[in-house]
Amino acid sequence: MKITEITTLLGGHIVCGKARAYISVQYGFAADLLSDILTLETEGILVITGLCTLQTIRTAEMAEIDCVVIARGKKVSPAMKDLADRTGVILIEADCSVFKASGILYASGLQPIY
Amino acid sequence: MKFEFDIVDGDFAKAGTASSQVKHLLKQLNVDTKIIKKTTVAIYEAEVNVVAHAIGGGKLLADINLERIVVEVVDEGPGIEDIARAMEVGFSTASPQVISMGFGAGMGLPNMRKNSDELEVISDVSGGTRVVITNYLVA
Repeated sequence: MKITEITTLLGGHIVCGKARAYISVQYGFAADLLSDILTLETEGILVITGLCTLQTIRTAEMAEIDCVVIARGKKVSPAMKDLADRTGVILIEADCSVFKASGILYASGLQPIY
Repeated sequence: MKFEFDIVDGDFAKAGTASSQVKHLLKQLNVDTKIIKKTTVAIYEAEVNVVAHAIGGGKLLADINLERIVVEVVDEGPGIEDIARAMEVGFSTASPQVISMGFGAGMGLPNMRKNSDELEVISDVSGGTRVVITNYLVA
């Protein structure tokens, strides 16, 4: 599923990585525990989280996560944007909850990892 | 090639800086992406452990050649009371502050073991901890 399509489905907006928004991801994973994200071995992952911190981006960099959706209307900080830009992580801000975002994307065909 | 990075205790804004630089080095060496990922995840977990638990910070020492990378992460404590228990998934002594940062789920050492070809953890409660991660760079 393309990042642009995901952004539209969630009613969100891309705050970092617009130039790479043509790429597709195959899997979705929702977590507020960064160590859970670090256990993922699959490629082509989008993470949905309510944890809006610099470490969310750093963890995405380490775990090779293509795209992170920051849910619950939280706003990405300038430092997060800067790190996402430098590491190539696409960031989406969305007002919906993690539960709703997961439901919408699952129903639209994004696959679970487990 | 040998590299040394400082790790600052309690500074979650900088946690992962050293691991990120090691990842960059491995990319420059054209190491297989899966090996880069497992290596960076293992050393990132070790780096975050120092940020979260050690008083006075620590160091990350990386020794890289064409065949393997050895990363040593050292701190001056407090050390791990029961290494066997710390290796269990879900066991954690993390503070509420660390948990609020998204860590402290008791996955750190198990995740290090999973992503290391060889892992050595030496710790003394009254001293420090020394974690040595060795990964082979040829797939």
